[in-house]
Amino acid sequence: MTTSITRRQEATQADVAKAIQRSGIQWRSTLFHAGLLLLLLTTLVILLVLLADIMIKAWPTFAERGVSFVTDGLSLNPETAGVFTGIMGSIAIAVIVILLAFPIGVSSAIYLEEYAPDTRLSRFLDTTVRNLAGVPSIVYGLLGGSTDGKNVIAAGITMSALVLPIVIITASEAIRAVPDSIREAGYGVGATKWEVVRSHVMPSALPGILTGTVLTLARAIGETAPLLVIGVATGYFAPPGDATFVDQITGSYTALPVIVFSWSRQTQAEFADTLAPAAIIVLLVVLFVLNGAAIWLRNKTENRW
Amino acid sequence: MTEEPTTDEQLAPRPGAEQAELAAEIRAERKRVTGGTPDDAHDVIIELDNVDVYYGDFHAVDSVTIPVREKEITAFIGPSGCGKSTVLRSINRMNDLIESARVEGRIAYHGVDLYGSGVDPVEVRRHIGMVFQKPNPFPKSIYDNIAFGPKIAGFKGDMDDLVESSLQRAALWDEVKDKLDESAFALSGGQQQRLCIARAIATSPDVLLMDEPASALDPIATLRIEDLMYELKQEYTIIIVTHNMQQAARVSDRTAFFSVDVNEGKRTGRLVEFTETAKLFTDPAEQETEDYITGRFG
Ligand SMILES: Nc1ncnc2c1ncn2[C@@H]1O[C@H](COP(=O)(O)OP(=O)(O)OP(=O)(O)O)[C@@H](O)[C@H]1O
Ligand SMILES: [Mg+2]
Repeated sequence: MTTSITRRQEATQADVAKAIQRSGIQWRSTLFHAGLLLLLLTTLVILLVLLADIMIKAWPTFAERGVSFVTDGLSLNPETAGVFTGIMGSIAIAVIVILLAFPIGVSSAIYLEEYAPDTRLSRFLDTTVRNLAGVPSIVYGLLGGSTDGKNVIAAGITMSALVLPIVIITASEAIRAVPDSIREAGYGVGATKWEVVRSHVMPSALPGILTGTVLTLARAIGETAPLLVIGVATGYFAPPGDATFVDQITGSYTALPVIVFSWSRQTQAEFADTLAPAAIIVLLVVLFVLNGAAIWLRNKTENRW
Repeated sequence: MTEEPTTDEQLAPRPGAEQAELAAEIRAERKRVTGGTPDDAHDVIIELDNVDVYYGDFHAVDSVTIPVREKEITAFIGPSGCGKSTVLRSINRMNDLIESARVEGRIAYHGVDLYGSGVDPVEVRRHIGMVFQKPNPFPKSIYDNIAFGPKIAGFKGDMDDLVESSLQRAALWDEVKDKLDESAFALSGGQQQRLCIARAIATSPDVLLMDEPASALDPIATLRIEDLMYELKQEYTIIIVTHNMQQAARVSDRTAFFSVDVNEGKRTGRLVEFTETAKLFTDPAEQETEDYITGRFG
């Protein structure tokens, strides 16, 4: 119930006080609020249960093996099998993605947002990029698999192609979020397009670009399917002890999520029951570190002003 | 009020003094300082000749002709949406940034067609600076806000000096001299606008376009800006858009009054009258102008 405040003289203080009083509990609002909270909690609980389950399973491995689980290479013997080769493979893939997908993706985003005129062609390009981001990862695997190289370079290139559309989209969004008034300010003092982009648009968009791209890096490290199609080593292989750098990057390789995949299918129970969960933990730690780096980078670039 | 007391006693707020009275006083003083009504001794520096501006199919401004004279202050007044900003932005080719915008007619600067082939909009903007309707400092330090323009223009002198003098002229120096390397966003809206003015004059343009530079300022800062405009007038040409008619009357030499025609729901701006400010405010040629300045319309 609301009481209207009249402008007439006789509206007393009491009338006003009554008119602006909260009128009972607002059920709809409260219910909506509670519903949102419930959904959020459900998500959290599911995640926590999963994580706890994996932790409990993985615990014996870490307790017995300690760091050697992380520093040992692949082995058919569950007593000595470790994830070192996988970590190396994943890092190599990440490095290739950083060197390949990020520069290409961010440049493409700058072009699309700042330079491309608003024509049918540029809108078509934009839509295409968005559609590419939705293509299932295994398709990229087929693309990568049609090349001969069953090595980490082929894997890195494939992963780069996989995340490229996502890098372009996140970078585009960060660039688009830079208010036009900043561009106008730059042009207003006689800056060229390049000076405006370099000195004003990019610094403002950087935090967003960094967060977005580092999160896509996490995706590249977590993907398994494309690697399986390209031809990653799923079983045991001995990394040549005295291999040269070239041998290493052109030879067999594996990655963390692939190790999880192959171990969970091993006939020896130990692999599936305790080693695979332990490998998952290592993978999660790597991803958390990456996300942490993303947040740190964003804060570092954002706090300047 | 944390404003420092100003030495110019005319600018100090006086308890009880009516705003209009103050304005009249200041106008009298300004007339005394600058020699009253403008004469035609100054050359035309910017000539708008039958300028039409379109946004796509939308005809925003119709056939505007204004000769802007050197070292004068020209004011644009008129109701909201009549195209004052649109015309202003077409003078330094800021409308190039809006893809749908199109300018027809001729805008000449020292006799050179600003829209002629081979004219570089970047160079145009180095000669014709701009202060925008909403304060838009760069998300950088106060110092860098000022230094950016001169730096890209290849300024070789002492940057610290230039930053200081620019801020001083914009009446901001005293407030920011101890925090030059702090973010420009930490300033109040009015301070940000004065920073934008300092930024615009740091590149020493020939002509300064000011789009409602005082709309976010308190009366004291407003008068300081008007003071600054008087000072700048000795060297620069200024075009100012304002909704404050007293301000237009106080500062400008000539005034252009715009209005809007509504035609089948389309609102097209049009220049009603352009003449000496003193004449426009006391003896306008058009009834429409009179209605507007006496507050019977808009
Ligand atoms: N970028 C744009 N795209 C399309 N139409 C625009 C654009 N900018 C302005 N307009 C239109 O042009 C007309 C004139 O706008 P303008 O901003 O020049 O008015 P103004 O006189 O400056 O108004 P105000 O006093 O409110 O600032 C308005 O009808 C407005 O809707
Ligand atoms: Mg405007």
